Amino acid sequence: MISTNRMIEPENGAQPDLEMLDESGIDISSVLQESQVMEVLQQLDQELVGLKSIKTRIHEIAALLLIERMRQRFALATCPPALHMSFTGPPGTGKTTVATRMATILHRLNYVRKGHLIAVTRDDLVGQYIGHTAPKTKEVLKRAMGGVLFIDEAYYLYRQENERDYGQEAIEILLQVMENQREDLVVILAGYKDRMETFFQSNPGVSSRIAHHLDFPDYELDELLAIAQLMLAEQMYRFSPEAYQAFEAYLTLRRQQPRFANARSVRNALDRARLRQANRLFARGGKVSKTDLMTIEAEDILASRVFNKEQPENIPNA
Amino acid sequence: MTFHLTQGTFSFLLPLSDEEINKQIQYCLNHDWPLNIEFTDDPHPRNTYWEMWGLPLFDLRDAVGIMQEINACRDLYPHHYIRVSAYDRTKGRQTIALSFIVNRPLTDPGFALARQEAHDRVMRYSSRNYATDKPKGERFL
Repeated sequence: MISTNRMIEPENGAQPDLEMLDESGIDISSVLQESQVMEVLQQLDQELVGLKSIKTRIHEIAALLLIERMRQRFALATCPPALHMSFTGPPGTGKTTVATRMATILHRLNYVRKGHLIAVTRDDLVGQYIGHTAPKTKEVLKRAMGGVLFIDEAYYLYRQENERDYGQEAIEILLQVMENQREDLVVILAGYKDRMETFFQSNPGVSSRIAHHLDFPDYELDELLAIAQLMLAEQMYRFSPEAYQAFEAYLTLRRQQPRFANARSVRNALDRARLRQANRLFARGGKVSKTDLMTIEAEDILASRVFNKEQPENIPNA
Repeated sequence: MTFHLTQGTFSFLLPLSDEEINKQIQYCLNHDWPLNIEFTDDPHPRNTYWEMWGLPLFDLRDAVGIMQEINACRDLYPHHYIRVSAYDRTKGRQTIALSFIVNRPLTDPGFALARQEAHDRVMRYSSRNYATDKPKGERFL
């Protein structure tokens, strides 16, 4: 780990400085401020709805890393904790978003040197012919050095049905780096829960090298509504009171239907509502006020096919 | 005094340690200069085209990835000169921004100066590394 504080790092004669430090101690709040990690954590709390257990875990990790840093100043033994993680959960529960934040947090805490996120899938790691996989995987790992490597749908790396699949080779290289270059990069594996379970069962080496298994739960109705409003606010739109009610009704119906992808479905629904709003304004013609342009009305949402009882089944993503 | 090849930046200093190389590389990456690793066992100053160690390394953010490549090159060519060059693609510059040697053979006998008498008492000079008498791959052993 890299220590950055020049003032405390003794240049010559370590003993007197250390003793002085020992008596005065370090103020936790000043360390916190210095690391600027609180900003990111607060942002995380504000911008991400729900996900209580995830947030708690991230706070714990942040605390541990800060304490490690303080121990370092007292020249106490520190060993950087292994921070490889697995994010499991249904689609649209914020796995990628949290991973991006994670990179920033770990960078602020000096755990990774650069704090960039490299998001890859099986295609980026596994080659197409013998001897193609290793260079490909190593290339990706090189790019991820000093940052976070995010492997989306990691279970695809291992194909049970095909013994000669090159995915196994990628996993082996990955394992080696996860073990030997812990200080150089953090690996986050993400995927749907049940398939990740099978993946870990068939690759116990991977599972045991991952310190943090985070499970992302499905969102509750009120959380989804809060997410919808956050998304709208970001795009400078808002619901009229009736539209809010209508959207609540929409979500209640939509959640019972198959292929509901939490926040992603909310985003799609909002995109379609914007489409209908634009169409409505256009059809109406005449003058348009700023409020008109910003407001999504109930009819924009009620026009959704989810409310159409007659053909509820053959809709892929309504 | 033994011969010490002086080509590229830092070549009049003692050879850089790995930590120093790491820092220099990080400096390049912070400036968004992609790096390239090259090696040769014909270190004549006019030999500008060294062998490339793989493709230039684009899209890296951290020096560790490049150090890995340098070490891989050292493993295979311990008795070669290896250099790292950083390319600045900024418009108006578009040239090598920094180039320095990261590996030297244990011994280099140095260069011989050859004189040739030409017409009218004109002297022509050329230099040649003693080791280049041997075939490629067997020099500096």
